[in-house]
Amino acid sequence: MNDSAEFRKSAPVGVEAHDWGWRHSTRKDFALRHVDLTIRPGERVLLLGASGAGKSTFMAAMAGVLGSDDEGVREGTLTIGGVDANEARGKAGLVLQDPDAQIILERAGDDVAFACENLGVPKDETWQRVRAALDIVGLESLELTHSTRHLSGGQRQRLALAGVLAMRPGLLLLDEPTANLDPPGVREVHDAVKHVVESTGQTMVVVEHHIDVWLDLVDRVVVLGAAGDSHEGGVLADGTPDEVFSTMGDVLAEGGSWVPGRAIPSFPPKSESEAKGANGDAEESDVVLSTRNLAFGRNGIALGEHVNLDFERGRIYALMGPNGAGKSTLALTLAGLLEPVAGKVLIAPELAPKPDSREPFHWKSRELLGRIGMVFQEPEHQFAANTVRDEVAIGPKSMGKSDDEAYGIADRLLERLRLSRFAAGNPYTLSGGEKRRLSVASMLAAAPRVLVMDEPTFGQDFRTWSQMVELIAGIRDQGCTVIMVTHDEPLVQSLGATPIHFGVSETAAGNADEGSAR
Amino acid sequence: MSESSSMTVTVTPPEQRHERVRPASQSWFIARLNPVSRFICPLIMSLPLFTTLDVVSASIQFVLSVILLWIGGINPLVVLRRTWPVWIAAVGSFVTIALYGRTSGTVHFAWAAIVISDGSLYLAVATFLRVAAIAVPSVIFVLGLDPTDLADGLVQILHLPSRFVYGALAGIRMFTLLQEDWRALGLSRRSRGLGDGNPIRRVCSQAFALLVLSIRRATKLATAMEARGFGASDTRTIARVSKLHAIDWVSYAIALIIPAIAVGTAVVTGYWNLPLTSN
Repeated sequence: MNDSAEFRKSAPVGVEAHDWGWRHSTRKDFALRHVDLTIRPGERVLLLGASGAGKSTFMAAMAGVLGSDDEGVREGTLTIGGVDANEARGKAGLVLQDPDAQIILERAGDDVAFACENLGVPKDETWQRVRAALDIVGLESLELTHSTRHLSGGQRQRLALAGVLAMRPGLLLLDEPTANLDPPGVREVHDAVKHVVESTGQTMVVVEHHIDVWLDLVDRVVVLGAAGDSHEGGVLADGTPDEVFSTMGDVLAEGGSWVPGRAIPSFPPKSESEAKGANGDAEESDVVLSTRNLAFGRNGIALGEHVNLDFERGRIYALMGPNGAGKSTLALTLAGLLEPVAGKVLIAPELAPKPDSREPFHWKSRELLGRIGMVFQEPEHQFAANTVRDEVAIGPKSMGKSDDEAYGIADRLLERLRLSRFAAGNPYTLSGGEKRRLSVASMLAAAPRVLVMDEPTFGQDFRTWSQMVELIAGIRDQGCTVIMVTHDEPLVQSLGATPIHFGVSETAAGNADEGSAR
Repeated sequence: MSESSSMTVTVTPPEQRHERVRPASQSWFIARLNPVSRFICPLIMSLPLFTTLDVVSASIQFVLSVILLWIGGINPLVVLRRTWPVWIAAVGSFVTIALYGRTSGTVHFAWAAIVISDGSLYLAVATFLRVAAIAVPSVIFVLGLDPTDLADGLVQILHLPSRFVYGALAGIRMFTLLQEDWRALGLSRRSRGLGDGNPIRRVCSQAFALLVLSIRRATKLATAMEARGFGASDTRTIARVSKLHAIDWVSYAIALIIPAIAVGTAVVTGYWNLPLTSN
């Protein structure tokens, strides 16, 4: 990493917003209005605010990608290094949340070079910049021809970072760059950014709900949001981290931030005897789902073999381990959606649709209802109806309930999950947290005995996170077994879940180094 | 389950599950060609074959192609194996034309619209050979083609607009993601009790969901590209140079010589016939 001197050529730039505002052409209210903000060159700013407070809008505006005049109405001025933000392409480098959405080309080197080509950088200098950018984000061992398809989430985000650094931007904009990553990925990206800002002195603005992640790097906190009854967002608070957190802590927590030093809610399981008493059928075995010598995988290739697990009624299990280890694959196999490569997944005999049919994968789709439900990581993968109410009623209807009964169940669930006011709306129009709750509600409507959840708290802010934790605790307390794939330590602790760790087999762990694995 | 704190699942290391990198082409010759040549050569080779429907030109072209590919480093057996879809198409057209092709000569079998005659069998064989002679080399030429290199060639050699080409290139990359989306959509529908009914209805509703997802993905990708200056100015530089080399010109020469020999032989031997004009 001796190329940081190269990057000093790009001087840090500041941001000036004067009475700036933006309204999307399809919306009634301004997302942000009357924003007056000056960010000096070299400052490192944490931008906070509730969902929908306009953080991403402001980031996009600074990056000059907010769209043309027919996409929205602009007010006031916003300049980057003295130039109008829309004309300042290349001065601001924006890294977004989704690692999948930011890789543009197949080979790592080409992907980093993409921005240089667009900005008209000569060929030789482009490749110098590419190498330097990869080095500075800690991907020095990555070959330029390495396929971008096989990178981990943390590597992809660092590649995206390198892609914008190759522009020599002067202003680094990070819009929740670690929200979709596992803990090692979060550390990788944090360390890479730390190295970048410390060696280049670039201005940095970062949006993140998990304040902890960036606290050691920021020297200023700006809170965006709508004051009082106004529907128009603006700057609510601005100051050093200490000032802002001491005066605004409650507001921030309410708005969804993970404010440092605040306790997380706890929903431990009831004591064993209580749990039994609540569902006091002594005849029923406690194990509802088990695996016997199971090998799980895709396309007949086993990722893990000889798995013997027992899942008991009224408990929560957490499948934990690194990205790409096969947690989701095991979850899908347990949910009866993927065929075991070998061995068996067995449901308790009294729950089987027919005495001789205990393997969920061989059931009909309808027979899964009321037995095993699966909540997918992307709620959109699950939506199948045009309204929120119909979405929840699908399960009960497929189980043969009358429309009245089905909508009765749906209405009660929507009430419980605080989604009633969206009942007639389209599922796709909900916010992220609401979509997540709806995807759970639609599975709960079929009253499954086992609920499998893939990353139920992925990328959520503190408020939607708390709601989800409470919801999962409630499902457990009704006697349902919950199996969740997660990286989220606080979630596991809060629920007192039983962790099931994924370990890499010893025999083959030879060339596990990144980059050199070719 | 008191021992539960020690529950583990052992899996193979994720680094070892990657598919191997595939070579640009199994042929040393084709692998060294510019991607644009890999598209144009088969095109030049096939055009003359459209002027005639006979067995001689197609057989000669097919045999010459296979021999030259062999010299170029691909064993004929490998050629046959890697082009299996072509053979299905060729057999399909053989059967169709044998049954319904223009009747002439001895009639071997007739039932309703189906008439198998000497004439229709001859046309069927000629068509079968033609499909093989055109499609087999074409498939071998483009197999393993790198989309990025092709895009570079299209922009730098054929001077197609870069915004369009690289936009499409980025879009192609999304297909992998959309395949995963499609799978997840199918699994989620099974989990929701919607997996039993009419498969056609299911595919339609799933296709709609995929459309929504793909628009969302495309929007995100467009933002990421724009954030890296894509479409900002007309003065785009190139990081990878795509040029035609001597070997490309050699390939064009070969692509002209093969059909010249094949069609020329057909003309000399009297088998050449233009299907659209002869009656």
